[in-house]
Amino acid sequence: AAAKIAGVAKVHVADNAAYEHALAENVAPLIVDLMGHHDAFLAPATTTGKNVAPRVAALLDVAQLSDILSVEGEKTFTRPIYAGNAIATVESSDAKLVITVRGTAFEKAAAEGGSAAIEDVAGAGDAGLSSFVGAELAKSERPELTSAKVIVSGGRALKDSETFEQVILPLADKLGAAVGASRAAVDAGYVPNDYQVGQTGKIVAPEVYIAVGISGAIQHLAGMKDSKTIIAINKDEDAPIFQVADVGLVADLFTAVPELTGKL
Amino acid sequence: MKIIVPVKRVIDYNVKPRVKSDGTGVDLANVKMSMNPFDEIAVEEAIRLKEAGKAEEIIAVSVGPAKAQETLRTALAMGADRAILVETDEEVEPLAVAKILKAIVGEENPGLVILGKQAIDDDSNQTGQMLAALLGRPQGTFASKVEIDGDSVAVTREVDGGLETVKLAMPAIVTTDLRLNEPRYASLPNIMKAKKKPLDSKSPADYGVEIAPRLKTLKVSEPPVRQAGIKVEDVDALVAKLKEMGVA
Repeated sequence: AAAKIAGVAKVHVADNAAYEHALAENVAPLIVDLMGHHDAFLAPATTTGKNVAPRVAALLDVAQLSDILSVEGEKTFTRPIYAGNAIATVESSDAKLVITVRGTAFEKAAAEGGSAAIEDVAGAGDAGLSSFVGAELAKSERPELTSAKVIVSGGRALKDSETFEQVILPLADKLGAAVGASRAAVDAGYVPNDYQVGQTGKIVAPEVYIAVGISGAIQHLAGMKDSKTIIAINKDEDAPIFQVADVGLVADLFTAVPELTGKL
Repeated sequence: MKIIVPVKRVIDYNVKPRVKSDGTGVDLANVKMSMNPFDEIAVEEAIRLKEAGKAEEIIAVSVGPAKAQETLRTALAMGADRAILVETDEEVEPLAVAKILKAIVGEENPGLVILGKQAIDDDSNQTGQMLAALLGRPQGTFASKVEIDGDSVAVTREVDGGLETVKLAMPAIVTTDLRLNEPRYASLPNIMKAKKKPLDSKSPADYGVEIAPRLKTLKVSEPPVRQAGIKVEDVDALVAKLKEMGVA
C-alpha cells in the first residue's frame, strides 16, 4: 500500500520477525544502514517515532528535530517548545537530518496515484538486547483520537467513570466523534490514559474540539489549541478554557450536555 | 546495583512562559524554576527500587548552570545518595547531554539509568533514547511500570493504542511517563540532611564532551493568537452553531 501513496518514489521492505514490534534496538541499526544513501529520516511524532528517531540520530551523531510544525528551508524548521507556548525556528548544521513530524500540522498525502519501486532490504535483525512481552490495547470502535475530525473531551467535573460514560459517550456517538479527556479525568480513573489530550498525552487538531467540564490548564491547551474550532461547556465563566474557545456555553454540563445530545 | 538519575532544572510547570520581545528566546529572568516533573518521577522510582532492596545507591546527575545544584539538592532530599553537577552556562542539546551521561555511566557502571521522558522546556523527548544508542544498551521509554527480575527488567510502556511490555537486558535505560508513580515530597529534616550529602562539581571538558550546539535557533516567536470567541446563551444557540459548522 505504501507504494501507491502519491509522492513516494521507492519503498524499502525489511521483512524479518525481529522488526515485528518495532523494537528500537532492532529497527534503529536498520535505518542507520539505509542512511548511507539518504539525507534525511522522518518519522511521525507517534510513540513509535519518538522511541526510534533519537536512537537513530545518536547512532549517526546528529541532533534530532522533534515534532516539527513546518518546513521553512532545506535545513530550517519550526517546532513548538514550552508546551506550545512558544514556536522556535531552528536550523540544523548536521549533514543528515533526523526529524519527527507532528501529524496534525501537515496535510495527508493521497493514498492513491503513486507508483513506487519496491526494494527488499536486509537488516542485522535481532540485536539481542530486548524482547516484546505483550500488549494491552484499549478497544475502541470510535475514530482514533489523533485523526478524528470531531473530538468530545471530558474533565474532572464528570465526577466518576459511570457519569463520564453517561454524559460524554452519547454526545460523541451523535457526532461520530472520538473521545478524549484531560489529565485530571485520567488521573481520577474515569478513563484509560490513552484518552489523555495534552502536553504529556496526545496532541490533536480536529475540526471541532468540544471541551466538557475542562478548566483549560496550560498542559491541556498544549494538546488541543490548534483545533480549528474549540467549543467549551463549563459552569465556571472564568475558566481559562473560555479564553481559547470560539464558542462557549456557561452552563451546568449535567443538564446542558444531555439536552445538547437530545437536540442533535 | 547503582542507579543513575539525570535531572533537569526547568521553568516551573505552572508558570506561563513569556517569549522575549526580541525573539531570542523565552524570558527566564526572575521566573520560578523547579525540577522537571518527569525527572521527579524518575527519582521517585529509583528510591522505590532502593527501598525494595533492588538497588544500593542512587546518583543524581544534572547538566546545567550552578543553580542546578538546587535541583540536585531536591533529589538528595527525596532520597538520592549523592550528586554530580556538570556545570556549564551554555544551553546543552540532548545529544551532548547524552554524551556526558555516557561518560558518567562509564565511570559508575549503573544497572539502570532512569530519566524523565521529556523536559517541559525544550519538549524534545530524546536524551534517554540517545544515551541508550551511545551505550549500545536497550531502552524502555515512556514507562508506566518497571519490574526488575534478575539481570533483566520488564518495562510496561505507554504507547499510542494502550500499553506494551518489553523485556530488556540490564544495564538498561528507562524513561518515565507520568503515571509511573506519584513522587514524594522532601520533608524538612531530609532537606537539612541533603545539605550534607556529597555533591561533585564537574565540567563538560572533564568528560571530553564538546557541547557546541548542532541546531541554531534563528528565532523564538509567540504561537498564533486565537481570535476571541463568543459565548452563547443556551443549548439551542449552541446547536445552531454546530449546524452552521456542518458538524451536526
